[in-house]
Amino acid sequence: MTITSTPGKKSLWTSGIIAVAVKDSFVKLNPRTLMKNPVMFVVEVGSVVTSVELIKDLLRHNGNFGFELQITLWLWFTVLFANFAEAMAEGRGKAQAETLRKARLETMAKRMKPDGLLEEVPGSKLRVGDLVVISAGEFIPGDGEVVVGVASVDESAITGESAPVIRESGGDRSAVTGGTRVLSDQITVKITANPGETFLDRMIKLVEGAERQKTPNEIALNILLAGLTIIFLLAVVTLQPMAIYSGAPQSVFVLISLLVCLIPTTIGGLLSAIGIAGMDRVVQRNVLAMSGRAVEAAGDVDTLLLDKTGTITLGNRRATELVPAPGVKEEDLADAAQLASLADETPEGRSIVVLAKEKYGLRGRELSSYAATFIPFSAQTRMSGVDLDGREIRKGAPDAILQHCSQGSIRAPHEVEETVKAISNAGGTPLLVAEDRRVLGTIYLKDIVKGGMRERFDQLRAMGIRTVMITGDNPLTAAAIAREAGVDDFLAQAKPEDKLALIRNEQAKGKLVAMTGDGTNDAPALAQADVGVAMNAGTQAAKEAGNMVDLDSNPTKLIEIVEIGKQLLITRGALTTFSVANDVAKYFAIIPAMFAGAFPQLMLLNVMGLKTPQSAVLSAVIFNALIIIALVPLALRGVKYIPAGAEALLRRNLLIYGLGGVIAPFLGIKLIDLLITHIGLA
Amino acid sequence: MTANGWFQIGLFLLVIFALTKPLGTYMARVFNGEKTFLDGLMRPVERTLYRLVGIDERLEMRWTEYAISMLLFSAVSMILLYLIERFQTHLPWNPQHWPNLAPDLAFNTAASFTTNTNWQAYSGETTMSYFTQMAGLAYHNFMSAATGIALAIAVIRGIARREKATIGNFWVDLTRANLWVLLPSCVLIALFFVSQGMIQNLKPYVTTQLLDPQTAQVTGADGKTTQQKITTQVIPQGPVASQEAIKMFGTNGGGFFNANSAHPYENPNPLTNFIQIILIFAIPAGLTYTLGRMTGSQKHGWAVWSAMAALFLAGVICAYTAESRGNPLLHGTDQKVSATQPGGNMEGKEIRFGIANSALFATVTTDASCGAINGQHDSFTPLGGMVPMINMMLGEVVFGGVGAGLYGVLVMVILAVFIAGLMVGRTPEYLGKKIEAYDVKMAMLSVLIFSLIILVFTAIGVVTTYGKAAITNPGPHGLSQILYAYTSGAANNGSAFNGGNWNSPWYNVTMSFDMLLGRFFMVIPVLAIAGNLARKKIVPESAGTFPVTTPLFSALLISVVLIVSALTFFPALSLGPILEHLLMNAGKVF
Repeated sequence: MTITSTPGKKSLWTSGIIAVAVKDSFVKLNPRTLMKNPVMFVVEVGSVVTSVELIKDLLRHNGNFGFELQITLWLWFTVLFANFAEAMAEGRGKAQAETLRKARLETMAKRMKPDGLLEEVPGSKLRVGDLVVISAGEFIPGDGEVVVGVASVDESAITGESAPVIRESGGDRSAVTGGTRVLSDQITVKITANPGETFLDRMIKLVEGAERQKTPNEIALNILLAGLTIIFLLAVVTLQPMAIYSGAPQSVFVLISLLVCLIPTTIGGLLSAIGIAGMDRVVQRNVLAMSGRAVEAAGDVDTLLLDKTGTITLGNRRATELVPAPGVKEEDLADAAQLASLADETPEGRSIVVLAKEKYGLRGRELSSYAATFIPFSAQTRMSGVDLDGREIRKGAPDAILQHCSQGSIRAPHEVEETVKAISNAGGTPLLVAEDRRVLGTIYLKDIVKGGMRERFDQLRAMGIRTVMITGDNPLTAAAIAREAGVDDFLAQAKPEDKLALIRNEQAKGKLVAMTGDGTNDAPALAQADVGVAMNAGTQAAKEAGNMVDLDSNPTKLIEIVEIGKQLLITRGALTTFSVANDVAKYFAIIPAMFAGAFPQLMLLNVMGLKTPQSAVLSAVIFNALIIIALVPLALRGVKYIPAGAEALLRRNLLIYGLGGVIAPFLGIKLIDLLITHIGLA
Repeated sequence: MTANGWFQIGLFLLVIFALTKPLGTYMARVFNGEKTFLDGLMRPVERTLYRLVGIDERLEMRWTEYAISMLLFSAVSMILLYLIERFQTHLPWNPQHWPNLAPDLAFNTAASFTTNTNWQAYSGETTMSYFTQMAGLAYHNFMSAATGIALAIAVIRGIARREKATIGNFWVDLTRANLWVLLPSCVLIALFFVSQGMIQNLKPYVTTQLLDPQTAQVTGADGKTTQQKITTQVIPQGPVASQEAIKMFGTNGGGFFNANSAHPYENPNPLTNFIQIILIFAIPAGLTYTLGRMTGSQKHGWAVWSAMAALFLAGVICAYTAESRGNPLLHGTDQKVSATQPGGNMEGKEIRFGIANSALFATVTTDASCGAINGQHDSFTPLGGMVPMINMMLGEVVFGGVGAGLYGVLVMVILAVFIAGLMVGRTPEYLGKKIEAYDVKMAMLSVLIFSLIILVFTAIGVVTTYGKAAITNPGPHGLSQILYAYTSGAANNGSAFNGGNWNSPWYNVTMSFDMLLGRFFMVIPVLAIAGNLARKKIVPESAGTFPVTTPLFSALLISVVLIVSALTFFPALSLGPILEHLLMNAGKVF
């Protein structure tokens, strides 16, 4: 399985991918493909011109053949290296697509005819609205929604997660994906996507880069690069008349070398690889983005809406403390609380049993030995408990228990009410335990904030992103958890329309909002949000409304997506800066070399002390070509992203890629010069 | 170099710093339509003007309408000047009976003054009647400067406004720039200049007896040279002070006399010299404050100011250092600073002002697209002369021409924030406005046109007979002369590596296109950006937004300005002034 939930672990240089990429580098020389990349197209035209000149010189037996041949070869290498970078990025995507394709087997489907009878049809014949029945062991023939039944489904082909998941009709877990396998039971699925438009199909196209459209930022950057290319073209073309005036006309080889060195080939050659690799990183994290634009938008997000439950806190509340009422022994309270919870299979109930056991040494008892009657929780009574040996033990929401008790003789003491209020204020949930209509004390159920959340929110804040916690809790509880988790703001007692209103409100202020959601009632908000990440386990409506789907259904992943989005832009910006900064050294290598013959005084500008004019030009061209290959891993992995404020980030990147971009070629060109003069190439 | 020299340079920058806020605030008030102390005087005039020409001052324009109004106005004004020049013999105030100008020179001069360039392929005192000087040239000095201010204000509005389709009314901005900013100031400045000894009259030229008659060689019509004793001198007269005020304050730079601000009548003493340099930078510096005020980010205005000030200082330090270091080829000549001589290389400097003030003047006049001179840039050392050239190649964004400097630097700001935005991982924003493909395209277009006209015209100039005819010094200096000329035209500066013979049909025509393209083809993309930005929503700033108010931003802006022009012009410069400098050190001069 290529798609795993551990991203970045696999090697960049798989031999199979490299072999294909090398072949593709030549295929991509086709000028019609290359035309889309103005920078590299100019290099290709330059290479063609020098090749023709080379042949002419060869026939006429003049010129410096060895030098001209080397220049021509390295110019071609420059184009090939850029093509290789793109092919590598595509190749890695294609490898992923291949494994996905294996999941897209031609399956037979049992389609339900209008009369209710089943017919066998190939999966490719299914259309939106068809009903199909899938039994245990069969593959689901297409994307759809469970309309009847419940089943456990193996979705590892899509998510890489081997544990089966439950898919059932109604509710928020109804969507199934084509290519996954039903493990148990039988479900009826309504098909929601035509063949070729399914999830798997979209994912394959995405990772292959087949439907890759340039994102707005990429287009803007391309314009900048094309503009720079034209400017340098002008500078070089007009240099020849000035050189003629000065009595030192230049050869085509040198002029084209200068041009290719000046135009931003480094970023021009790596730009599309960066984009493809960015999408690839998103897919590696098991997120399916509907477009590159969505990923880029994630980098721009100003406000992040996060559901409390499951994202900020562990899904379940846990009992952490027992507070007895006055005159009640703590052990008695623990005993009653445990008895009341023994049959309670909810995580909260189990946490009470565990607490009683760990803190008070009370073992879970086998209740079948007692004459016990369990009273399950109901929405009307809002209590549960047990009747046991004449004891009537109840636990439940404070007002429900108090109401229950007030029917009897004994009222709740004042202290208990204080405790209840204190727990609520602290963001916890109080449960009262009563025995024979007498309040024994309070159970403190606490929302447990996931580890490391505060640090993440601090990072987000440093990045300029405001986090808003969405919860159905009352404002007091919400405020306490918000404080503990370190989010910037919260929306309490949130209804779906509140979420939508909050998003619109933020957007009206010009902010970009991201959110995660899974339920059908999240769909409007997901659609409204600039970045809506739907959980794969969620409903079809939610998945269609969002512009990304998280196959792992992990709401915290939004934070990673934001980082990938930013990393994508930073990689482009950094390599552009690096590319342009490189020009300084190249000028110092080539300009003195061009005019050394006519004006030896200009050799003062040869600060690198390059051996001969020819070795200087050649070294610059070689450096220019090799730097593309050297930076392929960086382009594919993305530059390291450090969550920090814009100012700090820019200073760091300017230092590394700006200043580094000025210095690196001085060293690189000098080294190459030493090498090639040593082995006698120039 | 002398302490006094550095002190004057420092004092100059300090005065500019002090003027920035009051001038900037005042201009912001004028163009926001807020109350100013001149309202009582100017509002009635303004209203009458609008009523006379039928302008509705509340009418707002889209950028295209703004651009068309500006182009139409400039075209009509240019034709007017052309006609005045062509028919000055029929017009009043021509006591010297100067003939009508040739069509190519008239066209060149009309283009030159309409574009705020003031490239002069003529000598004022032997070509232009007083009427042409006042109604033709001075009119343009006001109008081209007011147009520049109007354009800058429109661009600022584009940045400041949110979700609006319009960027102001060109006629209102033009009128207000004249009535509230240029006219009242120039009246006061002219009076001050007169008080310092500058002349202001419409008299015929005065002929005086020389105290010390000279003997000169004169070549007759038959080609024979004869010795001739010269006993009289003609001293030109004219309305100089009024012309001089707007020449400096509007960064026009077109001298009344050929010697420009080196002529005693145009620049009588060190005080007027100092004031003139101040006047060049006053409005451009003030506009950075206006930018900050109108966009609600005063710190951003100062960040832009700081970047400009740093580039100015770098230029003036280089120029002053290069000029003070005597000429290495003058062995055995005392070039040391002493009580009786300023020391260093006095070639091309006005004796009254010395090296520091010439270097300062040369730097300021080319930083801003003024082009007035008080020394001969052509006679500077190769490196000293390269400073003015580079200043212009930066695109006249170091304070720059009135208005033109600000909208020019905003193009660089957009490129800077674009790169910075990418490097911090956000869609680039500028003061809350997202910078997208369209804005980058227009910014690049503006940069491209500038490089294109300079490089292409120069390249043609150095290989054609017509082009090379203007060269008066061979070798790299000849290349510099042509490169300087076309750079000066495209940057709308107007100064020249003089000595060149520019009054030829070839240069008159190519320089005209150089200037017109350099002004109008650069401004249209900028207005397009303004119109596009005005339509956009404002994105609130966050910690993730790259701040355009910090020293880091100023540093980035400086780098972008330097890198864009350095990378474009380095090859040309290396064959011009750089090569000339290296050859000079090797003992070879041209």
